[in-house]
Amino acid sequence: MNRDRGLGMIRDLAQRLVAPIDPPLMLIAGLLVLLAIGVMGSASPERLNAQLMNVAVALVVMRALAQIPPQRLMHLAVPVYLLGMLLLVAVALFGDVSKGARRWLNLGFMRAQPSELMKIAMPLLLAWFFQQREAMPRLRDYGIAAVLLLLPVALIARQPDLGTAILVLAAGFYVIFFAGLSWKIMAGMVVAGLAAAPLAWNLLHDYQRNRIITLFDPEKDPLGKGFHIIQSTIAIGSGGIFGKGWREGTQAQLEFIPERHTDFIFAVFSEEFGLFGNLLLLVLYALLIGRGLMIAANAATLFSRLLAGAVTMIFFTYAFVNMGMVSGILPVVGVPLPLISYGGTALVTLFIGIGILMSIHGHRMLVQK
Amino acid sequence: MEFKNPQEELERFRSRLAVAGGFVLFCFTLLFIRFVWLQIIQHDYYQTRAEDNRISLVPIVPNRGLILDRNGVVLALNYSAYTLEITPSKIGDLEQVIDGLEQIIDIQPKDRKRFKKLLDESRNFESLPIRTRLTDEEVAKFIAHRYRFPGVDIKARLFRQYPGGAFASHLLGYIGRVNDRDLEKIEEKEQDANYRGTEHFGKTGLEQRYEFELHGNTGFEQVEVDAGGRAVRTLARTAPVAGNNLTLTVDAELQRIAEQAFGDRRGALVAIEPSTGGILALVAVPNYDPNLFVDGIDTQNWKELNESPDKPMVNRALNGAYPPGSTFKPFMALGALTIGKRRSEQLISDPGFFNFGGHHFRDDKKGGHGMVDMYQSIVQSCDTYYYMLANDMGIDNISAFMGQLGLGSRTGIDIDGESEGVLPSQEWKRKRFKKPEQQKWYAGETISIGIGQGYNAYTPIQLAHATAILANNGVVFRPHLVKFIADTRTGARTLIEPQPTRKLGLKAEHVEVIRNAMVGVNKEGTGARAFAGAEYVSAGKTGTAQVYSLKGADYKAGSVKHELRDHALFIAFAPADAPKIALAVLVENGGFGAQAAAPIARQVLDYYLLGKRPKAPAPIDEAAVEEDEE
Repeated sequence: MNRDRGLGMIRDLAQRLVAPIDPPLMLIAGLLVLLAIGVMGSASPERLNAQLMNVAVALVVMRALAQIPPQRLMHLAVPVYLLGMLLLVAVALFGDVSKGARRWLNLGFMRAQPSELMKIAMPLLLAWFFQQREAMPRLRDYGIAAVLLLLPVALIARQPDLGTAILVLAAGFYVIFFAGLSWKIMAGMVVAGLAAAPLAWNLLHDYQRNRIITLFDPEKDPLGKGFHIIQSTIAIGSGGIFGKGWREGTQAQLEFIPERHTDFIFAVFSEEFGLFGNLLLLVLYALLIGRGLMIAANAATLFSRLLAGAVTMIFFTYAFVNMGMVSGILPVVGVPLPLISYGGTALVTLFIGIGILMSIHGHRMLVQK
Repeated sequence: MEFKNPQEELERFRSRLAVAGGFVLFCFTLLFIRFVWLQIIQHDYYQTRAEDNRISLVPIVPNRGLILDRNGVVLALNYSAYTLEITPSKIGDLEQVIDGLEQIIDIQPKDRKRFKKLLDESRNFESLPIRTRLTDEEVAKFIAHRYRFPGVDIKARLFRQYPGGAFASHLLGYIGRVNDRDLEKIEEKEQDANYRGTEHFGKTGLEQRYEFELHGNTGFEQVEVDAGGRAVRTLARTAPVAGNNLTLTVDAELQRIAEQAFGDRRGALVAIEPSTGGILALVAVPNYDPNLFVDGIDTQNWKELNESPDKPMVNRALNGAYPPGSTFKPFMALGALTIGKRRSEQLISDPGFFNFGGHHFRDDKKGGHGMVDMYQSIVQSCDTYYYMLANDMGIDNISAFMGQLGLGSRTGIDIDGESEGVLPSQEWKRKRFKKPEQQKWYAGETISIGIGQGYNAYTPIQLAHATAILANNGVVFRPHLVKFIADTRTGARTLIEPQPTRKLGLKAEHVEVIRNAMVGVNKEGTGARAFAGAEYVSAGKTGTAQVYSLKGADYKAGSVKHELRDHALFIAFAPADAPKIALAVLVENGGFGAQAAAPIARQVLDYYLLGKRPKAPAPIDEAAVEEDEE
């Protein structure tokens, strides 16, 4: 009897522990993480243990967030955003310089990268903001939202960290987009942007122009930044349909691929697993995004919907920008491959996103009641 | 104010989600198309580029062929040593790097100087040695600190070594680092591919002339390299083929004895085997240590060698042109017999001078030699006989005959840069001078040509060559240093000069007259003191070449500066009836040929014919004079 009760308690505990976790989302994310571990074992075996630790931490964070009801998250929106802004300003004033960019803030006990926080804080705040508008959001509300968005983006872009700035900008834009910004305004913005481009071009210094040219045409600078992209396209192209096999990629193993455990890990994957591997990866990301969008569609409140939609689209942005850049159709900006690239901060951020999605999904009924 | 319609709002949100989903699919499709493009359509191209990336062809420099003497004594060889090398293009501040290296490895100021010189002469992106011949300890020390010095590395290389040091340097020559001029030669020979990785090239002597024989075929290793250019593993290997070995006609021991015979005097000696043209010894002293050049010579040594008044870098045997003096007389006599201007028994009267156009051409012997036939004219070295003979023959006959003996033209020895010397003729003078009055040949100028003075100027190898032709009864062989070239793999030998190049139409009885007279020189004439007690019959002729024109005054060796003292000459061949060796000796500012040159010839002949080794350099016989019975 005692034994049965003991087993029952353990089962109960396990059920309660697993309950907030969305199985489809967990399955997809789990497969991606397994892939990541496989690729890491080839690209940088010495980092495998560290990355496993990162995964463990990220899963704990995800599980914790999955339990927090969206309403509680909503209350955190303003303080987290303000904290993020405060830290960004602090970075601009006192930040450490690493690799020519001022991104890190030394807090004494740890070094923090506040821009990373903004990837979640931004959609959180804007989702909260639109939730506050009782009525249909008016043009003025979009304007305020745009200001709230562009302030941190400008600070991040100045560091300079173009990759994170784009991700934060995208995250915020998705909220505004899902909140219903009219197509006319968006079209107008595109036209205005195109019209302003030549003007902006004229204001740039020659070296800045050269940088932009290299961004779009890496072969112009085969020894500098262009080298990365040339080598990664060679890696992908030489991978062929079936790939060269795990740990058999010459570009990867002989270190021709730069940053091969972080931003360019996709080149390693693609060289060793070929077109089939790429297709698998695209399908997994598509499923992840699909599940996220489905969660958004069924979410209870406007806040939950906007947050779920934006968080989901962050995954898309990461994946598309990274694969596009590594395969040479997008300019090189520092964006990791979601759930696969090495790095604890990005992994935790992404699993926070997954945790939020799970929370929204888990609490969809409660609110409606 | 528009109020919320939850259902409508949800619908609009869902339609936006659908748009977003569509956008995601669109973008992923774009990516997929890109992957298809790269991985299927362009796959071959990228495959090739990936292979080009990882596979590098590394040349394996072949062992340079050895140079051996006729008995197999090694004169030039290779040894393997570690060098510390810097690739200047890969490092920042050169001085700083060298200062850093100095902390762990002994680097002398002369190493720095040599490195600077190499740097100035080098091609870009070359790795240049800052130190050579590292000890094992130094290698270990550097490897422990290697991470601190990107662009600096230890390499195992083969070095050329000339074990004899300065010995035979003028014939061996030396190798040095490849320069632009060498590159042109390499391109000319279409050897570019074969010289990938080769850093040294023959600069002078045999090393230069036989560069493409000695070099060998470069091997190649297909290695997998990483992005840093470090070799990871070998994929395929084509072994290099070592260069061909040169076996010389030179007898190293004879060469050594001949060099030592000069003591500290300047001069040259060329000894030839008359029946083949093979050179037995080719001495030019002072000489220099060719080992200095192999790793790149430092500026100080270079300056010393170039600025020394003794000019050790000049190969006197091939590039020094000297008036032959009385050594010219046997050839004059042979020419006279051949064209019928004299019979050997014909007597002339020597009053001590020869009068031509009111000018007295003096004989060395006051009062003259009296009645002189051809034999005596050579044995006693009678000037008047040859003043008259030259006048009778005329300059064009003289130059035509001497030309056949190879005087005044390159002998064709297998060393580059041989001088032509001067064989005076009417035509030569026309070409040599610009003003019309200088271009004309005056009959008076012919007179002193007869005793080997005037415009006459020949290299020691030309004199030795002419002597060998005489000794060989007019059959001409091209003088050469290399006996055969041996393929190191197959052992196949390529003989260099098996055939005579031409035959002069000399009559045996004419040659016999000269031979007898030259035997007489060493028996009872000017060479008798030097060859006293010789256990073989030798033929010789002394000569003294004026450096300083005395304009009628008496020549006293003590009263003129050393650099203006006469050059001593001696030609000889032995044994006289079947010559095995013919030679010419020149001692710069040595005085009379009998004093300084003949004793050297004696030592060389004694060793070559009898195996006798001299105990000291050849003596200077102060008592000997150019004319006997003075």
